[in-house]
Amino acid sequence: MNSLVALPVIVPLLGSALSVLSAPWRWAQRAISLVALTANVFVSVALLISVDDDEMLVMQAGGWKVPLGITLAVDRLSAVMLVVSSLMLLSVLVYAIGQGSEESRYAAFNPVYLVLAAGVSASFVTGDLFNLFVAFEMMLVASYVLLTLGGRPRQVRSGMSYVVISLVASTFFITALALIYSATGTVNMAELSQRIPELSPGVRTGFSLLLILVFGIKAGLFPLFFWLPDSYPTAPGAITAVFAGLLTKVGVYAIIRSQTLLFPPDAQQGSFLLVLAGFTMVIGVLGALAQDDLRRMLSFHIVSHIGYMIFGLALFTLAGIAGAVFYVVHHIVVKTALFLVAGLVERRAGSDRLSRIGGLVRSAPMIAVLFALPALSIAGLPPFSGFVGKFALVGSGIESDEWAIVAVSLLVSLLTMYVMVRIWSGVFWGEPEDPTIAAWIESDDSRVPRLMTGAATAVVALSVALMVFAGPLYDYAQRTAEDLLAPERYVEIVIGDHE
Amino acid sequence: MSVLLALAAAFLFASGTYLLLQRRLSRILIGVGLVGHGSNILLLTSGTGGGVAPIIGTADPTDFADPLPQALALTSIVITFGVTAFLLALGYRSWRITHDDVVEDDVEDRYIARRRNADQVVEEEALAEREQAIEEDRR
Repeated sequence: MNSLVALPVIVPLLGSALSVLSAPWRWAQRAISLVALTANVFVSVALLISVDDDEMLVMQAGGWKVPLGITLAVDRLSAVMLVVSSLMLLSVLVYAIGQGSEESRYAAFNPVYLVLAAGVSASFVTGDLFNLFVAFEMMLVASYVLLTLGGRPRQVRSGMSYVVISLVASTFFITALALIYSATGTVNMAELSQRIPELSPGVRTGFSLLLILVFGIKAGLFPLFFWLPDSYPTAPGAITAVFAGLLTKVGVYAIIRSQTLLFPPDAQQGSFLLVLAGFTMVIGVLGALAQDDLRRMLSFHIVSHIGYMIFGLALFTLAGIAGAVFYVVHHIVVKTALFLVAGLVERRAGSDRLSRIGGLVRSAPMIAVLFALPALSIAGLPPFSGFVGKFALVGSGIESDEWAIVAVSLLVSLLTMYVMVRIWSGVFWGEPEDPTIAAWIESDDSRVPRLMTGAATAVVALSVALMVFAGPLYDYAQRTAEDLLAPERYVEIVIGDHE
Repeated sequence: MSVLLALAAAFLFASGTYLLLQRRLSRILIGVGLVGHGSNILLLTSGTGGGVAPIIGTADPTDFADPLPQALALTSIVITFGVTAFLLALGYRSWRITHDDVVEDDVEDRYIARRRNADQVVEEEALAEREQAIEEDRR
């Protein structure tokens, strides 16, 4: 079972290599990508079942002992992230094949997409801080290529700022690694967990803040989120969905992992993170309200919801972290669903400007239904999974007597509803305000390929399934939170593994 | 030695940061390179000080220099190199499109800002009209 741990990284990378070799034949590339990502789903589910039933899995690459070798470890948090991300990567690939544009035009799409998949998986399974840097880079370099695929002027413009801000974050990461290594003599997370408590409190807090800065840029935390709504909407349709669903959540995962595993309670930045979470929520949702472009609106909205996850973590209580884990899972699925539906809207209406389109509820009732379900969920209406997540977070906030953040999160919840209503009335109600749009909707060109609708429906169905299975999922999140609050076990298994 | 390296890293960080804050991609690129070198020097100094080359069989292992920071720095150099090449390609593409490599403001942001101002103008006009009407009523 332990050797399975490396597969979510190795399978996509091998697939990517094969995909490069089969560049002249698009059908072969598609087959390879589909097989690799489907295999990833099965491996991830197997890992999840094994980890939840038994004990976390650890693999020392090449059999080298802990301080020398590279540790790969899967615990409950990694396993659930792997399952959700592999499902999203697969559905979005199907959607991209159905959409046909960038995927069929560029031979680079499939190999790079698989590298992105490998990078995301590697970030979740690594047990080594430097390896986390490498995984981030793998994911980011792939995302640079996917973001600018096509080389249109607005992609080049936003690609520049995206690449530069990511590079700056990477440099901060290297700097943090250098400082941590010189203070502790290791970059293995399990060993760091033992050595960081021996440092003086000031140094510990410094490291903690430095890592929050690094991961905060990736996660889109206030005030480091400005690059996100600028760059995400310019990516090719399907790619935005993956970026929105997964990339920021990898940053959130890294914050959760580093704060709970590496730092003792006195160096965890609880109250600081709470303030950041509050601002992230409010600024994100206000930004979304001001937009006119559907995908930009949703992108600002990601920022707002990153705040909820950080809010749960920042409490550092069992209920809080469980709520955060549940919310991350919920948000990955629901946000991907919303972006896929936004792609359908753009295809059907020929534009994603709220001020130009309208009346889709009559011309495309199916898309309206597909939008309504995740939109209600993300707004937190009962009985959807968003309600369960927000209820858990608000409950844990009240338990910890953090009334200010509870009030902010409820207010932002209302504003989220308002954002969704604005999208609904702009896209689905009324009449198209632009005659060319009306003509486009009438024409045959606006028909949405079945594969696109199918993939979007699958993700929406998954988001509904989250509601149906919210109970078991929340129990799982609670067990995950118990693990995260007792990092001694993680350390013991990773370090004791080679003996 | 380590003071010299620390000064070198500080200088690279300072000049790199200055260049990063410029508007032209070519300058930003040089800035990225400098800051990257600064952090690599920092990585190198993070080991346990100097020593002989860490090759087993050539010397006593207790005299070895710490090999890990060197490996880490090598990895980070390779990554920075790749990304810099990508940025250069992006800059070239930008030059082909606009004959410039200035990183522009977000177009959509400007559009939204203008829209808000347009609303303001409309509101101000409406307010002025209403005041005029009240004035006329009074007469």
